Amino acid sequence: MASIKDYRPIVGRSVIEELELLAAHLKGVVVQNINSTAVGGGVAEILTRFIPLLRELGVDARWDVIKGDRRFFEVTKKFHNALHGREEEIPDGIYEFFLNEGARIIDETDIYGDIVVVHDPQPIMLVRKKRRDGKKWVWRCHVDIAHADKRVFAFLKQFIMKYDGVIFSSPLFSRRLALRQFLISPSIDPLSDKNKEIPQETIDSVLKKYGVKRDKPVITQVSRFDYLKDPVGVIDAFNLVKKYNDCQLVLAGNSAADDPESDKVLSEVREKACRDPDIHILLIPPEQNDIDINALQRASTVIIQKSIREGFGLVVSEALWKAKPVVASAVGGIPLQVEHQRGGLLCRSVEGSARAVRQLLNNPEYAGWLGRNGKEHIRQNFLLTRHLRDYMLLFIALYHGEDIIHL
Amino acid sequence: MRTRLKATEPFVFHTRFNLQELTGLKAANIDQLLRHIKKVPSSSIYHHTHRFAEKHHRLSLVSSNDFAYWVGEILGDGMLGEKLAGIDTVRFRTIHDLREAIVGTIERHLDEERGSRRMFVYHGAEFYFVKSTSVILSTRYTACTLEEFTRLLKKVSTNSIYFHVFEARLRLEKRTNDFSYWLESSLGDTELADRISRLDPYIYSLEGLRKKIIGLLEKRA
Repeated sequence: MASIKDYRPIVGRSVIEELELLAAHLKGVVVQNINSTAVGGGVAEILTRFIPLLRELGVDARWDVIKGDRRFFEVTKKFHNALHGREEEIPDGIYEFFLNEGARIIDETDIYGDIVVVHDPQPIMLVRKKRRDGKKWVWRCHVDIAHADKRVFAFLKQFIMKYDGVIFSSPLFSRRLALRQFLISPSIDPLSDKNKEIPQETIDSVLKKYGVKRDKPVITQVSRFDYLKDPVGVIDAFNLVKKYNDCQLVLAGNSAADDPESDKVLSEVREKACRDPDIHILLIPPEQNDIDINALQRASTVIIQKSIREGFGLVVSEALWKAKPVVASAVGGIPLQVEHQRGGLLCRSVEGSARAVRQLLNNPEYAGWLGRNGKEHIRQNFLLTRHLRDYMLLFIALYHGEDIIHL
Repeated sequence: MRTRLKATEPFVFHTRFNLQELTGLKAANIDQLLRHIKKVPSSSIYHHTHRFAEKHHRLSLVSSNDFAYWVGEILGDGMLGEKLAGIDTVRFRTIHDLREAIVGTIERHLDEERGSRRMFVYHGAEFYFVKSTSVILSTRYTACTLEEFTRLLKKVSTNSIYFHVFEARLRLEKRTNDFSYWLESSLGDTELADRISRLDPYIYSLEGLRKKIIGLLEKRA
């Protein structure tokens, strides 16, 4: 596990010094995080990295996991999908079941933090334990609730409104609520396997393993085989590019065992590729996923992310961190990461993305400039250290109502 | 030696962090944008006119503001976008005055170009009003002489430079930036103070600004 000092060569001495400065103002404050799973999923991944780093900085951060049975998680999965705007059939009894299970979880969970950060809908009902004792309660909403199912949202709102604040990842994911709403973007870890510097030999061996030669420019999209990531549209764009530029396409993703649709998408992608030897459709085994993806991104000439819909889309930050020129759809959190024509190119169509890729392939100096700018943008705004800083600022701001806080 | 002259008051370098809060307001056309600009808290006007300066630590780009970018690039009214980008933020002493200038620019444009009112953006491309909460702390860096000040200015974070140049002057409504104020009031160097205060910080990246100010300090030495 990385130490906070390991980030110093990447972000600079002053960034680490300032994190220590902020942490000193949180001495003695216990920050209790509560979520529903200790392993697997984005929230657990974030907390696994965050808690030790916050503690190393001197913030007494702790982490508790609620216990639920299979049915409880089936119900909360339905809530999760409905919050995302997906149509879900939710029988009346489900709300009652959630409340009953919630009562048990409330009984079993000890609240000891001065600040209680509750992640996502599963433990949301814990706020019923809130008392007039000065403890601060925040709900960290990791999902996009802008288009949430009205009934489910109305049900959860009774809990949300009891919190002192809500944290969203993007303004696009939020709703108008009569309580403080903080904006904290997610981040990438520059020291993780997915993002760390790797030797050229590793890159070469990964390319060899997947049969990708370096004899022509490589255009890559890294994503699940999902309609919303539009892999078929990427092939359409590639075919337009290939009329003018000899190049190859890599579509890399892992096989999602829990997504029955991915096989269907994959077979459509294969059909569309028509056995073109310049199109590499790669299914990366989960255990090798991170290093292989890292190597493929680093070997790419241009990285594309032609999603139709997207959450925050951190894969774009991962590509930019490798100083690669990026062409990405202007959806979800992508425009926050890609400053059009300054740190990448945004597009909205097959034709637009093909034109942008051609522009980059034919203007390597411009492509290099965009890639370097993009990397700098990620260094300043989307690395783990900025994320840690934002959390500490939030903890401090919870005790202040004013816009300018002098500590 | 001018550089070793002891100041009457030491300069304590502060730093400043920005926490973003959503206001819940958004605009899909110019009328909505104007309506909200008139009523959002000043911390939101400050955020949207200074985010560019704060974000670009090393990258040297001509600074703009979020309103100009959204109107020009997203809404597609290039002329109004340019007019908004042309607002000379450095001229204003208060956020109130800056807000008035933005409102005036939009209203004058709407009087002249009636077609602007017909433009709107697709769902998901709206302008979201965010406000900035500043957390200000003192650092362990304190200078008593020009020599120390120059040495520490090379060392402090870009957040610190941002705070003393941008935030102190406009948001805290001080007459000038903190560096010029200290050079004049504690070291009596009016000429150097004036040279720094005449810089337009909005056209530099933060690292570029640091370099420029250090250049002026070293030239003085």
